[in-house]
This record gives sequence, structure tokens and C-alpha cells, in this order.
Amino acid sequence: MTRKIIREHPILNFEHENKKVVKFTFDGREMEGFEGEPIAAALHSNGVQVYRITPKQERTRGFFCAIGKCSSCFMIVDGVPNVRTCVTALEAGMKVETQTGMGILKPEE
Amino acid sequence: MKTTEILVVGGGPAGLSAAIEAASLGCDVTLMDSDLKLGGQLIKQTHKFFGSREEFAGTRGFEIGNLLFDEVEKYKKEGKLEIFSNTTVTGYYKEDGIVSYTIGEETYDLIKPRRIVMATGAQEKRIAFRNNDLPGVYGAGAVQTLMNVYGVAPGEKVLMIGAGNIGLIVSYQLMQAGVKVAGVVEAMPRIGGYWVHAAKIRRLGVPVYLQHTITEALGDKVIEGAVIQEIDNTFNLVGEPIKVDCDTICMAIGLTPTCELLWSAGCEMKFVPQLCGYVARRDAMMRTSHPDIWVAGDAAGIEEASAAMVEGRIAGLAAAASLKPEGCQMLKDKSAEYLKRLENLRAGETGAKIRCGLEQVCCECWG
Amino acid sequence: MMNEKLFNSGILTEERQKAVIPPLDLWEKKKNGLVVIECPQQIPCNPCHDSCPTGAIMAFENIIDIPRIDYEKCTGCGRCVARCPGLACFVVDLTWGEEDEALMKLPHEMLPLPQAGDEVACLNRMGEEVHRGKVINVTEPWKDCTRVVHVSVPKDMVMTIRAIKVV
Repeated sequence: MTRKIIREHPILNFEHENKKVVKFTFDGREMEGFEGEPIAAALHSNGVQVYRITPKQERTRGFFCAIGKCSSCFMIVDGVPNVRTCVTALEAGMKVETQTGMGILKPEE
Repeated sequence: MKTTEILVVGGGPAGLSAAIEAASLGCDVTLMDSDLKLGGQLIKQTHKFFGSREEFAGTRGFEIGNLLFDEVEKYKKEGKLEIFSNTTVTGYYKEDGIVSYTIGEETYDLIKPRRIVMATGAQEKRIAFRNNDLPGVYGAGAVQTLMNVYGVAPGEKVLMIGAGNIGLIVSYQLMQAGVKVAGVVEAMPRIGGYWVHAAKIRRLGVPVYLQHTITEALGDKVIEGAVIQEIDNTFNLVGEPIKVDCDTICMAIGLTPTCELLWSAGCEMKFVPQLCGYVARRDAMMRTSHPDIWVAGDAAGIEEASAAMVEGRIAGLAAAASLKPEGCQMLKDKSAEYLKRLENLRAGETGAKIRCGLEQVCCECWG
Repeated sequence: MMNEKLFNSGILTEERQKAVIPPLDLWEKKKNGLVVIECPQQIPCNPCHDSCPTGAIMAFENIIDIPRIDYEKCTGCGRCVARCPGLACFVVDLTWGEEDEALMKLPHEMLPLPQAGDEVACLNRMGEEVHRGKVINVTEPWKDCTRVVHVSVPKDMVMTIRAIKVV
């Protein structure tokens, strides 16, 4: 799937061609994003807007404030729940999953 | 435990300005910012700033950010300024003045600063309407970050709620990013932002629905449309609902200062509608009722980036001068100039609201 | 009442001429045109004055003042057109072209960018297309991505047309 990124702009030069493209997975599906961009931006460019499902009413949640304050964008990243994907940088090989309900912390082995 | 002379919380226009001034007076400064990139709201602004030459009028916001970054680099190289990004200050403990912070999602640590400048900015307000929680309803600032910093369009057709400066400016920026704007919805009988910002989008065909509100967002898992309706002078619905085709609803109904740390510190706070929420009472040098804490920028009252930068400079200088008595003369000289600039920025009809708000929280001197 | 409502949403209406307009006798003779500034609100802003090479846009006594222009000094260079953060300045050359034509120099910051020779839609203050005009030239006075598009328009539309759109 072609990522939906802004390729031309009257003022800004995003220099996408200088960015490093990395692979990651979302709910098992392989996707591409730029290293260092917020996970939320990488998902959005891949057409993914639903990041988690609320515990009681099972409502969808996604991007909202982009400054790490509202908790709307929490996802499970590499097994860790409640990750603020709007202020967490994408790294190669990250495993990103929709968080359903409250986050479950697993003690370290 | 880590210590520092001046901790600046927030790396937006106010925080960066405060850090620069404090470092210029010879203090050791630590700046912590919770975002991945420094610059706060500045790095997202593609439009040219207003004000005078001192406030870089006619220069694009993100370029002003670059000018501040250059000054920051200079002090970093001299070892006077340490920057932590992706770092959230999570608590201030007033018993011992210790500050807790997290780097990323998992590293947690403590720091003891001698003085603090709180430049924590603001956050979006919300209004209630059916389905306002669905993905696709985004804060206006968030949309700016997505498209102007990371080059990702938020959607294909946006309905903007709020015709203050942010709503009008972000609508224009959306169009520059190739996104259609279905319209701007404003509850009041006139736009809240500068007339020229509205004129820019009106002449490109964007409708502005005055005295309208959004009654409902449509969609199951994500936004697929919206319903707006006219309201009368008492905010009651009149006329018929109007369905608007859109896939993104942008909330620009106002910001409110981010003040949790100021509350934790026991600063005297006051609710001021003209400053858009609770703010700390402060003196002319931006010092709060806590002798070691200063405040600057949107955290001190919602205003503009140009005012935030000047307030930041005053706060940084004053905090530094409290540690370096030899800096007191510089504080006197520079602050007189900075206070005059603030006065100019707040003059006239567009400054009336701010002036009214400030009257309610400013005190001469804490004594 | 209707005009009040329009003004409140960003449309300058005929009744409320807070546009700064050149004196007609000078305007009809000035080659290269004179500036029209539609900045009816007192906001703290003065880069138009700073950008003007001849001092035609006079120094502001108070930064919130509405711009004042000494039309004898205006050369129609368009630097203010590209500098104004509110895109409120336009140059109108009434001497250009045929008897019923004029040249307008309008700020433009959108894609697609027009090129000289293109035909573009000319929009009024409400974004309605009122004319198809030919682009004579495109300049970028400050090399900062704000273009000034020189477009031919009917003389009787110079106080109507306020934007162009590449079609």
C-alpha cells in the first residue's frame, strides 16, 4: 500500500527522501514508516486510525492531542501497554498492537 | 541525585527563550521537553508571524524556531545548557523541591533544581457532541503536528470547529497541505481570530458558519461526517440540521493553560476566563507566589507565541538574576525593554481581553 | 445587517471601505501600479512598513495602527504583498494593457503554482470565480515561498478580485 504522506507542499520541504524507511508490524501486518517519527504518524500514513478499544463501552480511540497528554493513543508496543504512540519514536522491527481494554503489565522474566 | 541551577519545564517558544536568557547570565540550565522535537508550537507554524521586527514579524514560525535553536546550540556548546527531549516532568514535591521526570516511557529519575521556569504551554479544550470520541476528531494543534512536522495529512476533508486564530490558521495550512476544508463552524456572531486570517480562507472559497455549532459527529468506528446547526444569541438550536461531508473534525475551540505542576507546588492559582482557565498569580517579572518558581508562555495565560517568547525571556532573566546578584542590572535594563514590547503586543482592541485577564492575576511584587 | 455578518466572517463589503485606496487621478497614471491594503482591524503588526523600500508605507506611530500610505512614493514593487502575514496587500496597475484591462499583483501560497502564460481562475472575496485571467509573471520577492502573481483582469473588477486558483 502506498503510504499517504504529503509529497509536495508550497512552503515545507519534508525531505522524505532523506529519511530512513523501517519496517514494523501492526497487529501482525507488516508496514513501513520513517525511523524516528511518532508511531501514531506512521500508523496514520498507513491508513490506520483506530489505536485502542475502551474497556467498558468498547469505543474506538485514536490520535487526539499529539502532545502525550490525553491517553487516547495508547497502544501495546513490543509487549508494553499504555504506550503514548504520539510521542514515542518508531524503531525498526517494532511490534505495535491495538490495545483492547486496560493495559496488562507482564513482569519481566 | 541530579542537580541544576535552573530547570526549564517545556521547550516551546517560552521555555527556549527562558533557557537562553538564563544561560546568558551564566547559570547552569537544564531544559526538559516532553515531545520528540523541541520547539513546541513554533515548529508547526508555516504562516508568517505578526508583531514587530523584534518578534520576527513577517518570518515563518518554524524559521523563528530555528533562530532560537541556533542560540540554544551556542549555550549547549559552552556547557551552560543541557537539553532533554522526550522527557516528561511528572511531579514537583513541594516539601523538598524535588522534581520527578520520565525519559520515554520507562526511565524514571529525580532532579533537584534551585529555580524553575514553568513553560508547560496549553492543551485543547473540548465540547460535548455525540461521537466526539471517535478517531477522526483531532485537536487543531495535533493536526498541525501531523501535517507540518511529519508530513502526514490527517484526512481528505476537514470540518474545523472554532474560528479563533488557531482554527483560521490551521484551515489555511490544511489547504496548503492539499486537504479540503468543508467549512469553519463558529458559535459566536463573529470570528474570534484576526480578520485577515479569515479573509485569506474566505477568498479561497471556505465557508464560515457564524452562530453555528456541531451537534453530532457521524460514523461507527471512525468519523464519516458531521451535523451542524445554527444557534441563536442564547445558544439555542434554531433552523434545520445541516449534514456536512467530512472525514476529520478538527477541534479549535480554545486552549487552556497546563498547570498541574504549579498546583503541585502550591502556587496561588486563580480562574481567569480571559486567560482561558486557571493560571498562577505572578508579578511583573513572571514570578509566582512560590519564591523559586517562575511561569511563562501559554501556561501563564493563553496568548500568542510572540508574547510567549518575551515572557520567557523575562522569566529566564529574573530566575537567573535571583542566583547571580551581578545579573540584577542586566535584569533591570533588559526587562524594561521586554515589558515595553509586551505592552505593544497587547495594545488596541485585540489586546483588550488579555489586558483584562492580566489585571486579575498580576501583582506588583511578592515582597 | 447582511454586510455586518459578512464582515464578521472575513469579507470586506462595499459599505465598509476600510481598504486603503489610492487617489484615483494618481492611480490612473502610475505605471507599475499602486498598493491597496485591506487590513481593517487594529492588530499589533507592522512588517509592511519594514518591507517597503521607498517608505511609501509610513512608519507606525503605534504598532496596532492601520497602515497609512504615501502614494507619491509607492512604486508598485510588490514587496509588501509578499511580506504581509495576513496577505492583505495587493498592487493594482490601472495603466496596464488595453483600455478596459488592469494588472493585479496578488499573493499566492498554494499548490499548484501558476506559471507565466497560464490561464487562472480569479476569485472574489467569497471565493467565487468571477473571471479567467492570464498570468503575466510570477515573482518571489523574498525568496521565502510567498509568490506574487501578476494577472490580467478587467479594470472594473480590481476591487472585487482577491485571489487566483490554478485550474
